[in-house]
Amino acid sequence: MASPSTRGQRRTAALLLSPFLGLFAAVTLAPLLYAAWLSLFTTRTSGLGFGGTESVFAGWDNYVRALSDPAFRDGFLVVAAYCAVYIPVMIGGALLLALLLDTGLAKARSFFQLALFLPHAVPGLIAALIWVYLYTPGLSPVVDLLDSTGIDVDFLSADNAVLSAANIAVWEWTGYNMVIFYAALQAVPRETLDAAKVDGAGAIRTALSVKVPMIRPAIALAVLFTVIGSIQLFTEPKVIYNASSAIGSTFTPNMYVQTAAFQNNDFGLAAAASLLIALFAAALSFAVTRFSRRGSAS
Amino acid sequence: MNTSSPRRSALLSKAGVAAMLGLATLYTLLPLTWLLLSSTKSREDLFGTNGFAPGDEIHLTENLHHLFTADDGVYLRWVVNTVAYAGVGALLAAVFSVAAGYAFDKLAFPGKERLFSLVLLGVMVPGTALAIPLYLLAAEAGLVNSFWGVFLPGLVFPFGVYLARVFSASYVPDEVLEAARMDGAGETRAFCRIAFPMLVPGFVTIFLFQFTQIWNSFFLPLVMLSDQDLYPVNLGLYVWYSSALSQGHPEDYLLAVVGSLVSVVPLIVLFLMLQRFWKSGMTAGAVK
Repeated sequence: MASPSTRGQRRTAALLLSPFLGLFAAVTLAPLLYAAWLSLFTTRTSGLGFGGTESVFAGWDNYVRALSDPAFRDGFLVVAAYCAVYIPVMIGGALLLALLLDTGLAKARSFFQLALFLPHAVPGLIAALIWVYLYTPGLSPVVDLLDSTGIDVDFLSADNAVLSAANIAVWEWTGYNMVIFYAALQAVPRETLDAAKVDGAGAIRTALSVKVPMIRPAIALAVLFTVIGSIQLFTEPKVIYNASSAIGSTFTPNMYVQTAAFQNNDFGLAAAASLLIALFAAALSFAVTRFSRRGSAS
Repeated sequence: MNTSSPRRSALLSKAGVAAMLGLATLYTLLPLTWLLLSSTKSREDLFGTNGFAPGDEIHLTENLHHLFTADDGVYLRWVVNTVAYAGVGALLAAVFSVAAGYAFDKLAFPGKERLFSLVLLGVMVPGTALAIPLYLLAAEAGLVNSFWGVFLPGLVFPFGVYLARVFSASYVPDEVLEAARMDGAGETRAFCRIAFPMLVPGFVTIFLFQFTQIWNSFFLPLVMLSDQDLYPVNLGLYVWYSSALSQGHPEDYLLAVVGSLVSVVPLIVLFLMLQRFWKSGMTAGAVK
């Protein structure tokens, strides 16, 4: 009896899903599989390396080469250092600002929300261009100002490049996540907050023990997307790279891949390194999801 | 209890909260102020005056004229390209996402959850990690340095499918679909006529997300395109900025600054106009 409607549902599902799935197969799955295939070969180049090259089966060789290359591994360390600074500052800042907006003491809430969100409307590349100017000695009013107070910082040095890149990302994403957290906070039932007040909890206590735990899923999701985004770190250091001699062309994993592919024409290595990055991102996001689920279940 | 209250009242007073929010706002707005002021300066003033102060004279119209005529007006070409990549691309991506998300939510078909986990896998694979594999495949297909090499990848938005499933579950009541089925409406008709109109706010949200994502993308166009006429704005500005640094063309530096302002303003206007939608979308994704 249900069969005609089931058939209708299947047919419509096929119709509605096919554009997405077809393109998904073409621009996501196929490149991954093709990269997996290419990563097993190495090209023996003769002369310039255009055409006429010989492709030799290499097995895991490209993966071993990538993983044993200190330049590639250092890229991950750079990302780890970047995350260690960026994630606590950005997520903590977004949370603090959202809690401040939610205190009931804040005036002009929609103005602050918009003003803080505004950087997110600026593409990452343009944000990086603006900040690199503000980092460049001799041009930057910020450096001049610090100089006049006796503080001498080189934002573009190798040591500070990670912090400088993290600052650009903090600028871009704090307001974005603040809007998410603020919206989640407003969904916290008023009765719960009233109950906390009756129990004698002050504003800070309520924020830490009631509000923050209740929006934990939103925080976990924000951390997840931030981690996935951080592994892709490319635009900011690429722009800083142009302005600074301190950071190299393999500073982050993605820069390593780009250098392998287009400076050294080593596509097998680039494919293997790309897949390692994708694998790493998938594993990490799986771990974050798992961790946050377990946390909210308890 | 009482001992902590004076300290608390100092930080957690109206003035304290306003001061902290104000400080954060200063941090977000100062770089944009710099961009705005610098776009109105002459080249001499750009390097000679304080970045947070106006220049001696306002050169905005000259700078704009220079921007749109430089390199035979290539900037306008980049803007048109960006609108095609991001505008048309995100529109199609949103249609495909809503259709797929609805199917995952409301329709019964074999292998549904397994297919959906494939979509979630797509959410987890970072876009830039796909850039080189995409380039290699596009090289096989002869699509390197073509419009399609950048346009086609923008049509796929796995997170949009996830969002659309969430939206469909909360915006389209099952009873309404049951009623439509009772009235003899086919499944396809029920989606187009009944469910899709209910999903329009979700559609706009997904469009906005993918639009900013494509507008922001830099790595993919950088590896895929070598012909300047195919560049999106971002890549063009990067090339101007790089040549300003490497070849010492301070003219190009000013172009990159003015070009940045011109490409950011429409985005900000778009965000202001569509506030309601991006906020609801961000929340739907976060709260589940």
